[in-house]
Amino acid sequence: MPISMKNEAAIAGIGATKFSRNSGVSELALACEAVSNCLDDAGLAPGEVDGLVTYTLESNDEVEVARAVGLGDLTMYAKINYGGGAAVGLIQQAAMAVATGAAKNVVVWRAMNGRSGQRMGQGVSGNIISSDLIHWSWYMAYGMLTPASWVAMIANTYMHRFGVAAEHLAEVAIAQRNFALNNPAAAGYGKPLTLQEYMGSKRITERLRIYDCCQETDGGVALLITSTERARDLRHKPAVIRGVTQASTRGQEQMTSFYREELDRLPEMELAARRVYAMSGLGPEDIDAACLYDAFTPEVIMQLESFGFCKRGEAKDFVAAGNLRLGGRLPNNTHGGLLSESYIHGINNIAEGARLIRGTSCNQPDKVEHVLVSSGVGVPTGAVIFGKD
Amino acid sequence: MARPGRIKPPMGHDNAWWWEQAAKGVLAIQRCTKCQALRHPPRPMCGECRSMDWDVLAASGKGTVASYTVLYHPQFPGFEYPLIIVLVDLEEGTRITAELKDCAPEAVDFGMAVTVYIHEDDDGFRIPMFRPASQGGN
Repeated sequence: MPISMKNEAAIAGIGATKFSRNSGVSELALACEAVSNCLDDAGLAPGEVDGLVTYTLESNDEVEVARAVGLGDLTMYAKINYGGGAAVGLIQQAAMAVATGAAKNVVVWRAMNGRSGQRMGQGVSGNIISSDLIHWSWYMAYGMLTPASWVAMIANTYMHRFGVAAEHLAEVAIAQRNFALNNPAAAGYGKPLTLQEYMGSKRITERLRIYDCCQETDGGVALLITSTERARDLRHKPAVIRGVTQASTRGQEQMTSFYREELDRLPEMELAARRVYAMSGLGPEDIDAACLYDAFTPEVIMQLESFGFCKRGEAKDFVAAGNLRLGGRLPNNTHGGLLSESYIHGINNIAEGARLIRGTSCNQPDKVEHVLVSSGVGVPTGAVIFGKD
Repeated sequence: MARPGRIKPPMGHDNAWWWEQAAKGVLAIQRCTKCQALRHPPRPMCGECRSMDWDVLAASGKGTVASYTVLYHPQFPGFEYPLIIVLVDLEEGTRITAELKDCAPEAVDFGMAVTVYIHEDDDGFRIPMFRPASQGGN
């Protein structure tokens, strides 16, 4: 009988650095600060950590961080691939380790100078002729160099087919900006966004304006995952992992899955949905709030269908009815998200998922039993459902 | 002073041959010689039957627009903006990502008929592009 991850592990610690456009420090310094804050939040000594997981995009190796923070022996360490698609993959890796005993206390993190250093919005580069570099070259040669350009292709197909308009994208952006107005850590704090401002803003591609695109941030976030039992002895209420999975489907390319029959859906998100609902024994009706990955506004709209919150083609109506706002059916990214809080490759959205279960979100809905968090759209990805202990 | 050129693809085992075909005026489609399945972008193995033997089918160059986007910002050296990128369903059955030239951004549409031509940059680099079919091709 395979070991089930359901209810075996929980998020027991959350740590972050300040989010800024110029941290003034190295990515290693950001990682150390985030990890250290996470351990303090949990009330766990560094020597108790025996597992580390981060993104392949992370410049800091696991042992660099371990040495700097003063960790001891490690029995599980891993880097998960695919940019923002890795976010929930970190959680799955940690949950697997805890459920099997490979490690007891796993810290997962991402720390980056995403604004002052390598900027995501400025294109892809590389020197070695890897298959990945060749993959990108089919698009780079034509000037399709940025995540916005790759996403716009899929978004245009979906929006054209189902009559999704700029106003629908604006509602996603504005709803999340409103949440950021209550989040002092957020890039959008103190900066309300109006529909007029959205409509008049700079066009990046057909369909995408600047407010449809997420932040570029310097900062770090770290989370502690341990057994639900051990989490009860630490400082905060556990955010129990009810279901978690990574997900990639046939024909997937990183960001450029342009060769499938249907270009206007997210099959890897649909796979993630089936898996987390099955593992948790829950359905969309059980989800009270979500952090749907929001590198670009159309991604949020498409995911509403992937996760079964509305019927095919009806996501725009769901959004237009204000359902992503507080008081709506599915408050989404109550911290402001990648669009309006910060862009730490999705791990800051997982942190908010845990806070919602703790009851400590800066925009806490009345009733939160279960929260759904997803990883990057367009890349191999994943989803997790958190619940109360 | 020459204008900076487009970002050239790296030339590896799995893709250099395709650009060599383009330089000779051919829009190439990789074909599995064992099961005849066509594939694009090129890769070393057939995903249908796992054979690593393949040959080249020279495409007619005719296709229709499966999807498109128009890029405005940021603006990279070597490209002209607004930049129209299309996914073209070739009549042989595969799909290719490329630029659409000689067409106003407002005039691009889903299902539009297009034909390929081989564009030559100032520095001699040759790359397949598409034009609206009504304007004729190569």
